Amino acid sequence: MSVQGSTFPQFRQSATIAIEDVRLQGALDRALSHFREARGGALAAVPAVEEMRDHLKLIRGQTIANLAHHLETFERNAQANGAHVHWARTAEEASQIIVDIARAHDVKLVAKSKSMMTDEIGLNQALAAAGIEPVETDLGEWIIQLSQEDPYHIIAPAVHKTKGQVIELFEHESGEGLAEADIPALTAVARRMLRTKFLAADMGVSGGNLAVAETGSVVLVTNEGNGRMVTTLPRVHVAVMGLEKIAPTWDEAAVWLSLLARSATGQTLSIYTTAISGPARPGDVDGPEEVHVVLVDNGRSQLLNTPYEEVLQCLRCGACLNVCPVYREAGGHAYGSPYTGPIGAVVSPLLFGLEKYEALPHASSLCGACKDVCPVRIDLPRMLLELRKDQVEQGLVGPEALAERAVATLMSNTSLWKLATGLARVGQRPFLQDNQLQLPINLTGDRRPPTLPDKSFRQMWADGEVESGD
Amino acid sequence: MIDQQKRIALFVTCVIDQLMPEVGVDTVKVLRRAGYEVDFPAEQTCCGQPFFNSGFQDEARRLARRTIDILADQEIVVLPSGSCTTMIRQEYPHLLANEPKYYYRALRLAKKTFELSEFLMKEAHWGETAVSHQPAPQPNPITYHDSCHMCRLLGLKKEPRQALQAAGYAIQEMEESERCCGFGGLFSVRMPEVSNAMTAEKLRQAQATQTTTLVTADPGCLMQMRGLTDNQPPVEHIATMLERATR
Repeated sequence: MSVQGSTFPQFRQSATIAIEDVRLQGALDRALSHFREARGGALAAVPAVEEMRDHLKLIRGQTIANLAHHLETFERNAQANGAHVHWARTAEEASQIIVDIARAHDVKLVAKSKSMMTDEIGLNQALAAAGIEPVETDLGEWIIQLSQEDPYHIIAPAVHKTKGQVIELFEHESGEGLAEADIPALTAVARRMLRTKFLAADMGVSGGNLAVAETGSVVLVTNEGNGRMVTTLPRVHVAVMGLEKIAPTWDEAAVWLSLLARSATGQTLSIYTTAISGPARPGDVDGPEEVHVVLVDNGRSQLLNTPYEEVLQCLRCGACLNVCPVYREAGGHAYGSPYTGPIGAVVSPLLFGLEKYEALPHASSLCGACKDVCPVRIDLPRMLLELRKDQVEQGLVGPEALAERAVATLMSNTSLWKLATGLARVGQRPFLQDNQLQLPINLTGDRRPPTLPDKSFRQMWADGEVESGD
Repeated sequence: MIDQQKRIALFVTCVIDQLMPEVGVDTVKVLRRAGYEVDFPAEQTCCGQPFFNSGFQDEARRLARRTIDILADQEIVVLPSGSCTTMIRQEYPHLLANEPKYYYRALRLAKKTFELSEFLMKEAHWGETAVSHQPAPQPNPITYHDSCHMCRLLGLKKEPRQALQAAGYAIQEMEESERCCGFGGLFSVRMPEVSNAMTAEKLRQAQATQTTTLVTADPGCLMQMRGLTDNQPPVEHIATMLERATR
């Protein structure tokens, strides 16, 4: 299951495994630095790109402020195209709607293109429980489906896998010996095996990068071509997406698309940008007989008119992951969520529960690199601070709260503070060995904790020991 | 004769006060060399940032009000810390937005609060001071770590470099000089494994420059990086480097 949670022990354990895995760190470093450089180059090539980002932020903010109106327009126009529109309040409802559609069409096999939302709602598990086989057809998603893992990165789910690990998985799945295979050969294996699935599937499930209200269209951004096969070959196509990802018109969608691929992979546009506006019309040579769009709330609408509303502007480009120094060390699995990195640290507690994800508001040094690269400049550090405040206000902070309040009280009174720090100078003596502090509880890992020198600055000042300049 | 206008108040920060007083002493010397009389308002303790960053906003607000009371009447406040400067300048007005009695004082304090290298370059003609002390050109370059607060929150990238260069230092840039050192306040205690891995990466990048010293303008970064390096290279505060070169 994708929505596993991330408590402090869970985050720290998982991060430690990632940190100690030299091969993984190497793979992650290479992939993320490639993404960073590609993004930088792609944005630099756009004239007035900063103004374009400001413009997109305005578009996203304004659209979300009037979300219900745009969603109703979308529904009306999608229905006029002949698509069915479904509304899901929760993850369970969303999965149930899709399972019901599959059952109504006697579906045995579902071909899927990449969709974070299906991870969020646990669709593969729900389909399997109903006796329906889901097959991921995005290469990265297929790899992690075979290895029974969660996506590591929003746009590169198998970014942590090495070639050797993929060879093992593919050998097991195909029954072929692939020890000597290079990456093109492995891709060819995937292509051949997945082709049979596309042709046999009775239903295709895709996500939706955005929906355009004025024409009732769902837009998919993909690079492998599997998205088009999923949405055209099977009889039924279901697109499932978060209800915040809506553009009022194609003018706004154009700005969105201009920044999405550039921020994500550094491409001007992804290889395929597909707009789906209803089922095949009479005379069309291909296309599904039925198109369903499932719009999922799952906690999103609760964020409207709160300090967190801004996070609904997210395009899910993944740029914040690539620059995050915490993600770069801790890796994706520590987040226990389909959404990893800085954006995952904000949305997972908000959508899936602050208690369950207690570590994530703290999985950040608040360095601000995420905000800098976000195409819509979402202030993720500010929201992490807000979540920490919520934890304190909701009493979700353990014994630390006592210590924080005690220290704040000492610091609010200069005499008390001098007394306390004076006592600490004496108190540290039994724990000093070779001028290094050896505390009974290790709070800093391999890092040496600082020691208190004999005199504080204020003491030196009071004693007249702060000499004049020259 | 010291001009009455040329007085500054030093907010030394709790980390420097308690853990590295020598950096405070160096800061005072540098400011005096630049022609300022330095006051140390002795009631000061902590700006409140650790509490603010942990979600304890009531406690942070309490320390913010207190710090405003202590500093509000000063002409100019200088801090040898990018992160505490950010707290006072950017977060106090946010935190106290609903308290008019303090909000406007917070805004006024924000206007007259400066990080050390920023103050030296923008207000104190440090270039002239440094030249008048005839700093010897340093044979070996140093490298400079941009703390997150300095570069991203305060936008101070040029100023610390210019201050160091004026004092005769050549700077050899490291890869990703703006990448976080791993400190993040209590983050370094809540998630020491991740924090230390980040610091190790930062230190590797600094070591790759083969420079003599790793310099930073934030005492938090200094404490963090010192905790994991065995003086290879030594990690120093910018005030210490400026003081050494202009003796």
